[in-house]
Parts: sequence; structure tokens; C-alpha cells
Amino acid sequence: MTSLDTSPHLIGVDLSGFVRIEKGGSERLELLVKGARCAGCMAKIERGVKALPDVETARLNLTTGRLQVTWRAGRADPAAVVRELDQLGYPSAPFDPLEAEAQIDREGRKLAMALGVAGFGVGNVMMFSVPAWSALFGQEMGDGSRTAMYWLSAIIAAPCTVYAGQTFFQSAWRSLRRGRANMDVPISLGLTLTLLISFSETMMGGKHAYFDASVSLVFLLLIGRYFDHQLRHRARGAARALMMLQAPTAQLLDDAGTAHGVPVREVRAGDRLAVAPGERSPVDGVVESGLSELDLALVTGESAPVSAGPGVRAPAGALNMGGRLVIRAISAAEDSTLAETARLMEAGAQSKSRYVRLADKAAHIYVPTVHGLAALGFIGALVMGLGVREALLRAVAVLIVTCPCALGLAVPAVQIAASGRLFRKGVLVKSGAALERLAEVDTVVFDKTGVLTVGRATLMDADSDALPLAAQLARASRHPLSRALAEAAGPGPAAPDAREVAGQGVEARIDGETARLGRALWVGADIEAGAETELWFRLGDRAPVRFAFADDLRPDAPATVAACRKLGLKVLILSGDIGPAVLRAALAVGVEDWTSGLTPVDKAAAVDALQAKGHKVLMVGDGLNDAAALSRAHASMAPGLAADVSQTASDLVFTSDRLDSVVIAIRVARTARLLALQNFAFSALYNAVAAPMALLGLVSPFVAAIAMSSSSLIVSLNALRLYRTDRS
Amino acid sequence: MNIIVFLAPFSLLLAGLGLAGFLWTFRSGQYDDPEGDAARILFDRDDDRPG
Repeated sequence: MTSLDTSPHLIGVDLSGFVRIEKGGSERLELLVKGARCAGCMAKIERGVKALPDVETARLNLTTGRLQVTWRAGRADPAAVVRELDQLGYPSAPFDPLEAEAQIDREGRKLAMALGVAGFGVGNVMMFSVPAWSALFGQEMGDGSRTAMYWLSAIIAAPCTVYAGQTFFQSAWRSLRRGRANMDVPISLGLTLTLLISFSETMMGGKHAYFDASVSLVFLLLIGRYFDHQLRHRARGAARALMMLQAPTAQLLDDAGTAHGVPVREVRAGDRLAVAPGERSPVDGVVESGLSELDLALVTGESAPVSAGPGVRAPAGALNMGGRLVIRAISAAEDSTLAETARLMEAGAQSKSRYVRLADKAAHIYVPTVHGLAALGFIGALVMGLGVREALLRAVAVLIVTCPCALGLAVPAVQIAASGRLFRKGVLVKSGAALERLAEVDTVVFDKTGVLTVGRATLMDADSDALPLAAQLARASRHPLSRALAEAAGPGPAAPDAREVAGQGVEARIDGETARLGRALWVGADIEAGAETELWFRLGDRAPVRFAFADDLRPDAPATVAACRKLGLKVLILSGDIGPAVLRAALAVGVEDWTSGLTPVDKAAAVDALQAKGHKVLMVGDGLNDAAALSRAHASMAPGLAADVSQTASDLVFTSDRLDSVVIAIRVARTARLLALQNFAFSALYNAVAAPMALLGLVSPFVAAIAMSSSSLIVSLNALRLYRTDRS
Repeated sequence: MNIIVFLAPFSLLLAGLGLAGFLWTFRSGQYDDPEGDAARILFDRDDDRPG
């Protein structure tokens, strides 16, 4: 977890595996830089990195946080860049070239391009549509001029519609081939019919050409599509960035003992890996050399660390708390302890993909209704003897005015507003469906370690005389307990000549006397080895002083539990930790319903059992042992410091320290659901008025254009109310 | 009204220029980093190459 503050684990590691060679022979590296938010940061970083020897260019993308560095051929020195960034105060992680390629947002670019073209079409078609409309109102324009105007608008509108509408045509075709009709089927049908009928009308010199309507239909629908895509893409990118900063590389040792940074997925069974203090074991392994303690909180939920020496198993995700360890991988990353978890997660993901989204539910009603009405209008007009042309016009008018624009925008507009609001509060929403599911939950299941508690050691009781002295030694160490001690003591000097003794502690001289901070026996405390979560300090010959640490509750955990209850939610704790530790936390936050000692499979089963009883469960968890439960729960949330599988399994990730993010997310999700339903109600009302008018042949191209855009505008404005409730 | 014969194609031409301009800005990556590009103009050392 300390890796989020700096990137010490990357310093002194060979990162050449991440460098790509460009066509011209120059070498390129992409890094993700954390915390660069302002123009000043950008200038500082680019100037700093460009000043390094042999660097040709350095360019930071402030929107995505990606830094691109190029060197002259054969001169790449990635370590220097990481060191420079670290000195400037920005932690960084190199992009795996494959990963960088995968992150290029092709679909988003296609949508943005289509949106741009449609926007251009809507704007410019009005040059010719407005004069044509005025001709409809008896202004001085002859039939010939009106037809000319229609032809001119066709020149702009038809190509734009065909180009920008491809997204809908392709999706409709895919859906039809599978024998189903999604929302894109009536859209594509409407667009095609509108264009065809407009051409035939114009050729016959008629008044009912809807070229402008066709292109504005595409434009408005694309806005909704683009929002939906942006929402998913941005949140995924941000979530992936979080994970990259946590475990970017494994340090593979070659025969000479030099560490090379390699992407974790390239680790094979039998490889020797170095795990520095404060780092996590990237794969399942067995310790070969080194003495330390391992924190298994993310793996099993146990809050007390276990001691590790040669022969001890170090599962993937175990945090090294003490000295440097060398482990031998016993499996590749893909088939480590996670195999079972992954299987459970897959089952969860499948059940989630069966979830029917609000918009799809609406489409199920909308599609048959509208098609039925249009058919009815066509047949009705024929029966009344109005002729095929008039009958076809009425059917098309129904398809246009009951356009699903409002419907297509109703949900995405609300969800993009909701996720924007949550983003500012430090909560990443991975998809719109996640928000919809979150709004429905009636039960919250918390994991204990890392969720209700902060997930790392904090100093419990301290001797106030010894603390400032011990802190001088602690500041010189990277050991997690030392860091906790230094944090508790606040800012101050670090002992200048401090040296770390692997697996034992830190030694330095203070005022001419030898001071030691570390294990009881090493310091010389004459006691049996106590709990692992303690440090001993001794100055000269004075009596040793004990510093005890514990995994503290998050300060807002009790308030969060109370707030969840107030929202009408049932609250449970499911933990893998031992009974007494869970009981203590449960009492402190005020939850009666708790279970301890659960394996990952037990947790998933407990969630399944709750859901079988008809509950909709929100699972909040951070460990590898929670991943299965997270993916099976109706909705799930993970803190930003959680294991990467857990973040992948979760619908939402909260990056702030505050647990009340859970309550905020539920509230926003519920408001979003309410607004989306309001939008649907409005769309239904609008269609209830517009459809009969179109059936009776009362809709001119002008009325269609006005009705369509104003209904879209109204649902978008309603979605923006999410921001207003934010301020109050 | 004869003026329309000249004006209408001319306005189409202008609109086409606008579209071509948009496609060019899009293809040359000018929408890739809206935040960064907005800030770059404030730098003392001029750098006019888009990302």
C-alpha cells in the first residue's frame, strides 16, 4: 500500500522490458504518472525529464496522465525517468506495451467522429431546411424553389446520416441476426424509411421531406451513445490506472542476482523473484532466503502478520512487512491461488450479464408498440382510401416523432451526470448497469479487514518520551510498522547514520549512544517473542520500550453503518479473520450479524444464500478472499487499495479514505434511478401525445423537428438536476 | 432569386471546408488531451506540436 505514495520498488530495477523501439530507431517508453493535475505539474515534469541525458522528447497527456518519453537509439534509460519523477514527487508505473495498445479507445474515437459529422450535418442542413419550412407556411417561395431546397438539404443530410448512423445499423443487424430486436432496430428502420420517403417525396415535388429530421435523430441518439461509452471507458481506464500503480512489475532475478522489472504475467513457475519490504508477492511462491513477516490481510483477511523464512509459502498478494525476501514462483500468475476464485468470479459475471438494464426494459415495451402503431397507421390510412403514398407518409411520421431520442438519452444522460458527481467524491463507477443495480440493493455486506478497518497497522499506545527518539530511526526505514510509527510522531528529523538490519530492525546513534528499533530479541528486550505487530526501542542501556500496533477502525465506520441502516439497508459482516478480532470490530461499529473465519468459497456461498432468499446484496470488500463474493453479489464496491482482482470484480471503486463513499454512492444511485424513471415517464407522455398526431397526419417536417429536439432537451435538463441536488 | 444558384453551392463549399477542418483536427489528435493543450499555451517555451 505504501507503493501508492512513492515508487521505491521501481528504483534500481531494470525496466528495459517496457521500452519499445520506434521505426526511426529511437526508443520509447510510456509511463502512467500519478498526481499530475495542473499545468504547473505538466511543465515541471516535462522540463525535468527532457533535461535527462539522451532524452529526445517528453510529453505528458494531462487528461490521461500518460507520459511518453523517447530516447536516441540505444540510449534508453527508464530507471532515470522513474527516479526523476520520484524526486519531483510523482509516483509512476511503466505501461506494458501490450496493455498500452489495448487501452487505445478505438470505439470512442469512432463514436466521437460520428458525433462530429452528425453535429456538422445538423448545423448546416438548417441553411436549407429553414427556407423550406417557411415555404410550408405560405411565405413567398414557389414549389420549385422548395424542391431545390430539399435537394440541397439532402446533399448534406443523407451522407451524414448514412455515415454517422453506422453504429446503429451495425448493432441492429447484429441483433437481428441473433433473432432479437434491440432499440437499434426501430432506429435503423426509422432512419432508412425516413431517407427513402424523403427522396421519393422530393422527386415527386411533395412537401413531406424529413432530411433534417433524419440527421438530427442520429445526432441526438449519438449523444446518448457517446455518454454511455465515455462513462464505461473513463471509469475503466481510471480503475486500471489504480491497479497499475499498485503492482506494476515483478522483480525477476537472473543468475547473477540482478533484478529485472518484468510484467507480472510473464512470470513462469520456477522463476526467482525479489520482494522488497512494503511490496506484495506477485505470484504464489516459496521463500528461498530472507527473514520477514508477511501481511496476509488481502489474501485471507487475517489481520495479524505471520513470520516468513525459507520454506514458508508466500501466496500472491502477501505484503512483505520486514526484510527483503527472495521467493521461487511455484506457479505462473494466471494459475496461482486465484484459480478457484477466478472460477467463482466467472459464474458471478455470467449472472450479472443476464441483468436487464432499465433502457432495455423500456425498449421491450417501446419497440413492439411503435412498430404496431406505425403498421396500424399505414393500414388505417389504406382502409380510409388515402392511397399508398399518404399511408406510408403517416407510418414514417409515427416512426420519426415517437423517435427514441428522449428514450435513448433518458438513462445515459442521468448516469453520466451521476458518475461525474461520484467521480468528484472519489468513487469510480465502472458501468451504467452498476449504478442501476446499486440503486436496488437492500442488504450491505462488509468485509472487516481493509474495509471497516484501515487495513494497515496504526500505533496504539506509545511512551511519549521515547516516541520522538524512536521516530528518528523509524523515518529512515521503509518497514510498514516504522512508517506507522513515523506517521504517529509527525514530522521531524531522521537519524543520519541509520542502517537497516534485514529482518531485525534499524540501528543508529543518537547523542553518542546506540539506538535500536526492531524485534524484541534483537533490541535486547528479555521477553518471549510477543505478537508480531509490535516494535521495541532501546537507547543505550536503558530499559526497552514497547510500541504496539493494531489495524484500526476507519473513523467513519460506525457512522457509515448507521447511515446504511437509515437508508433501510440490512448490515452484515463476513470476515476471514479470527472470531475475537471480528467481534471487536462488530461491537465498535454496531453490527450484530457477523461471521468470522470464512474462506473465499464460504463468503461467496453466504452471499448466494442471502440472494436466494430474495435479498439484493451490496458486497463491500477488498481482499482476494472477497473477489468471488464481490462478483456474485448484486452490486459490489472495493476500496482503491484493494487487491487488483477485487477491483476488477467490483462495480464501483472508491479511492478516498472515507467509508461513507458507500452511503454517498447508494444515495446518488437511487437519485439517478428516480430521475431516469422520471425521464421515461416524460417520454411516455410525449409519445402518447405525438403518436396520435402523427397517425392523423398532423405532423409536418417542421413540427417533427421541433418536437424531437425539445423532448431530448427536456430529459437532458432533467438529468442535470443531479448536479443541483449536489449543492443543496 | 438567381443569386441562389451561386449562393447555395458556395455555402455547400464552405460547409464542406468546415467538415474537412473538423476531420483534420480529429485525425491529428487535437482532442486527445483537452486539459493539457489548454494549459500549454501558458508555458513560456513555445511548443506547437500537438500530442
